[in-house]
Amino acid sequence: MSAETKKPKVGVYVCHCGTNISHTVDVEQVRDWAEKTLGAEGVVISRDYKFMCSSLGQELIEKDIKEMGLDRVVVAACSPHLHEMTFRGASKRAGLNPYLTELASIREQVSWVHTDKEVATEKAKAVVAGAVERVVQNEPLEDIRVPIHPDTLVVGGGIAGIQAALEIANAGFKVYLVEREPSIGGHMAQFDKTFPTLDCAACILTPRMFEAGMHPNIELLTWSEVTNVAGYVGNFTVTIKKKPRYVIEELCTGCGICVEKCPKKVVDDVYEAGLGYRKVVYTPFAQAVPKYPVIDAPNCTYFQKGTCKACEKFCPTNAIDFNQKEEFINVEVGNIILATGYDLFDARRVSNYGYGRLANVFTSIEFERMCNAAGPTSGNIVLRDGKTQPKSVGIIHCVGSRDKNYNNYCSSICCMQSLKFAHLVKERTGATVYDFYIDMRTPMKAYDEFYQRVMDEGTLFVRGKVAQVTNAARNEHEEGKLIIQVEDTLAGKQRRIPVDMVVLSTGMEPRHDAKETSHLFGIGCSSDGWFTEKHPKLDPISTMTEGIMIAGTATGPKDIPASVAQGAAAAARVLDKILQKEVVLEPIKASVNQEQCSGCRICNGLCPYNAILFHEDRMVSEINPALCQGCGTCVAACPAGAINGTGFSNAQILAQIDGLLMDVNLAGA
Amino acid sequence: MSEQFEPVIIGFTCNWCSYRAADLAGTARMKYAPNVRLIRLMCSGRLDPTFVMKALATGADGVLITGCHPGECHYVEQNYKALRRYLLLRRVLKGMGIAPERVKLVWASAAEGTKLTNEINTFVEEIRALGPLGWNKKLAGNGHAVEELAVEEVAA
Ligand SMILES: Cc1cc2nc3c(=O)[nH]c(=O)nc-3n(C[C@H](O)[C@H](O)[C@H](O)COP(=O)(O)OP(=O)(O)OC[C@H]3O[C@@H](n4cnc5c(N)ncnc54)[C@H](O)[C@@H]3O)c2cc1C
Ligand code: SF4
Ligand code: SF4
Ligand code: FES
Repeated sequence: MSAETKKPKVGVYVCHCGTNISHTVDVEQVRDWAEKTLGAEGVVISRDYKFMCSSLGQELIEKDIKEMGLDRVVVAACSPHLHEMTFRGASKRAGLNPYLTELASIREQVSWVHTDKEVATEKAKAVVAGAVERVVQNEPLEDIRVPIHPDTLVVGGGIAGIQAALEIANAGFKVYLVEREPSIGGHMAQFDKTFPTLDCAACILTPRMFEAGMHPNIELLTWSEVTNVAGYVGNFTVTIKKKPRYVIEELCTGCGICVEKCPKKVVDDVYEAGLGYRKVVYTPFAQAVPKYPVIDAPNCTYFQKGTCKACEKFCPTNAIDFNQKEEFINVEVGNIILATGYDLFDARRVSNYGYGRLANVFTSIEFERMCNAAGPTSGNIVLRDGKTQPKSVGIIHCVGSRDKNYNNYCSSICCMQSLKFAHLVKERTGATVYDFYIDMRTPMKAYDEFYQRVMDEGTLFVRGKVAQVTNAARNEHEEGKLIIQVEDTLAGKQRRIPVDMVVLSTGMEPRHDAKETSHLFGIGCSSDGWFTEKHPKLDPISTMTEGIMIAGTATGPKDIPASVAQGAAAAARVLDKILQKEVVLEPIKASVNQEQCSGCRICNGLCPYNAILFHEDRMVSEINPALCQGCGTCVAACPAGAINGTGFSNAQILAQIDGLLMDVNLAGA
Repeated sequence: MSEQFEPVIIGFTCNWCSYRAADLAGTARMKYAPNVRLIRLMCSGRLDPTFVMKALATGADGVLITGCHPGECHYVEQNYKALRRYLLLRRVLKGMGIAPERVKLVWASAAEGTKLTNEINTFVEEIRALGPLGWNKKLAGNGHAVEELAVEEVAA
C-alpha cells in the first residue's frame, strides 16, 4: 500500500483454540497460506499454536517481536472483545505499541458458525488477509488517561442503592443519592416480613435508611430526578431536577403537625398500593428518610382553589412555602450507579384472574400492605370490606411471569413471596390456604427449608396453572365465593376450589421508564427493559459504558440478598476506580486536519456530544477530544476527508476491505 | 463445492450491537451462510458510503450494513444518520444501474444473535438470486470504470 514508507514486518499467529478452531478450520493451511500469499503485504512469519492466549502462546509473539523486529502483529483467534487486551499486552511487553496488534476473529465468526471445513478455511484466510491489510495501516496510539472525579452519583434509593451509597460513603468518599419519591427505601419499605427468615422489613431497613440520611458523606436528593448526563467516565456532569416540596427543609423539624392539620385525604396509590389513604401534605410512611413532608400540589386545595393553607397556619417553624419552584442543580461525579429497581406487573392484564373486577382478589403488594402493622388494616388480613377474616385463601404463583402472553421470564421471587404469604395467613387467621404453583422454585440459602416448613404448617399445594378465578357459582358450596378453576397436574384432573380471598403473586417488570433511563445514561437494556450487564456472568454489575454501574432489580428480578450484594459489588468497583485516580481510555477519537477543512460545517450538527466547535475567525472546525466519544459519524461525513478517526481510519477500513476480498480478485485475475 | 453461485458479501457491524450479536451467534454455535465477511466499526454512523462503493467495486456482490435498533445507538442517535445515508446510497446505486437491493440495512442488538443469523441467511439468498455483480472486473487498474468490452480487448 504505502510504498514510500519502509516495508512493514507482520507476524501472523493462528490459534487452534484447543479444537474450537481447528475442528472446522485447517489451521496449518491458513498458517502456510499467510506466509506465502501475504508475503507481499509484509508478512514475514506465520505460526500456529494450540492456545495463543496461554502464557507460552504470548511468549511466542513477544520473542518474535524482539528477535525478528516485527512491527505489526495479527492474531487469528477469538473475538477482540475477549482477548484484544491480552495480545495488545503481549506486544506492549515486547516493546511494540499495543495498537499495532489486530485480532482476526476466526472462532466466533468462522469455526463456530460454519460447518464445511473447506469453505470455513477459505473464509478464515479472507478474515486473516483483512486483518493483515488493516494492521499495516494501523498507527501507534497512546492510551488516554483521564483523572477520576472522586464523587459518585447513585440513582435510586431502594435497598440496592442505599447499600451502594453506604459502602462508598463509609470508605470516605462523597455520594449523591438521588431518589424520585419523597423518601428512600424502595419496595422493601412496603413489606411486613421478609422471607426466608421472616424478620420484619422495617426493622432491618430503617437503620440503613437512617444511616444513609445522616451520613456526612451522603447528600440525599429525594423528590428529585436526573434530567441530563454529559461527559464520560471520570468526569460526568449530571443535572438533577429537585421537584418543589413546598416545605423548606432547613426549617422543617419533621414534627408532622402539617400532616395532622391537613383536612384533605387522597388514596395512596404508591406506598399503600391503593389500599389506604394519605393526607395531601405527607410523608409516605412513619420512618421516612428524610423526615420532611411534601405537598402533593395537584391535589392540594390551596393550589386548586387558592384557599386553605391549614399547614402553613399551623407549622410552628414557618417551613411551608407555596412559592417554591423546581430547581436544577449540576453535580460533577466520576462514576454513576443505577439502582432504579422494578415495577410490579399490572394484574389487571390477566383479566381471567378478575383483579379489579372481583373485590376479594388482591395483588401481592396489596397483601404486603395488609400484613403490615402500620398498614391500612393495621396488620389484619381481611376481605375488601375491611372487617371479615377469610376462612380460605388461594395464592396464585407466576401471575404475568413465565407466560408467553405477558413476560417470558421467571420473576424469581414469587414462589418465596407466595410461601411467605401462606405462612402469614396461617399464622394470623388459621384459614385454609391453597397454593397454586407451576413449578416450585426455591433454590437459595434456607429457601427450600422454608418451603418444607410451610408444607408442615398445612398449606395445601396444587400443582397447575390456574385457568380462571370466577364468582359464577355452580352449586351452593360455591355460592358467594371466588372459585379457582385449575388443572391439578399431579392428580390429573380439573378442580374448582371455592375460597374467600385470592392473592395474586404478581411478577416483576422493568421500570415503565427503564428505556428512557437507559438512553439518558447511555447504557443498553434488553427488549424487555432490564439493563444489560457488561457480561452476564463475569461482570454483572458493569455496563458497556465505562463509569456506569448497575445494581439490584434494575438488571432483572432478584431477592433482597442478591440486590444488596450487587449494591456492594457496584460500590467496590467504583471505589476501585476512585482509588486508581485515573482511568485509561482507548484512544479512539476524531480530529480535524485544519489545513484540509473547508469550513463547510457539515460535521458540526452531527455530533451528539457537541464535541465539534467552529472557529468563525479561521472558518475551520475543531473537535474537543475530551468530549468526542469516537463514534466516527463526523469522519464519515466530512466531504473534504479532513477528519481522521484513530483506530478506525479510512485507510484501515479500505485496506481491510481489500484484504477481505483478496481471494475474489486473485481468482478473477 | 456445489455449482450454485456463491456470493461474497461484506458486512459492516457496530461494535456495541451487531458485532456482539455475531459474537453471541458464535458462542451459541448458531450456523449461518459463510458468504459474509464482517468488518467492525465503532458505530453504524462511521459507515462512509465510500466503504460500500469500495466493497462493491472490489468484488463484493452485496453489502450488509448493521447497527443498533433505532433509539439504542451507543452514541445516542448516530444510527439515524446511518439510515439517512443508506437511503441516499440506494438511490445513487440505482442511478448507477446497480440493483439497490445489493445493499441492505438491518438492526440487531447485542442480544439478537438469532436475528443476525437469520438476516445473514436471508440476505445471502437474496444476493444469490440477483447473481454476481462482478464490478471488480469492469474497472481499469486506476479504479475508473471502463467498458466491459474494452477490458476484454485489453486482456486479449
Ligand atoms: C410483594 C413482594 C414481596 C417481596 N418480598 C421479599 C422478601 O420477603 N424477601 C426478599 O429477599 N425479597 C422480597 N422481594 C423482592 C424485593 O422487593 C427486591 O429484591 C428488592 O426490593 C429490590 O431492591 P432494589 O433496590 O433493587 O429496587 P427498589 O426497591 O424498586 O428500589 C428502587 C428505588 O429507585 C427509585 N427510582 C426508580 N427510578 C428512579 C429514577 N429514574 N430516578 C430516581 N429514583 C428512581 C424508586 O423510587 C425506588 O425507591 C419481594 C418483592 C415483592 C414484589
Ligand atoms: S465536515 Fe470536514 S470540511 Fe466540513 S467543517 Fe467539518 S471538518 Fe471541516
Ligand atoms: S467521532 Fe465525531 S461525531 Fe462522533 S463523538 Fe467524536 S466528534 Fe462527535
Ligand atoms: S453504536 Fe451501534 S449503531 Fe451506533
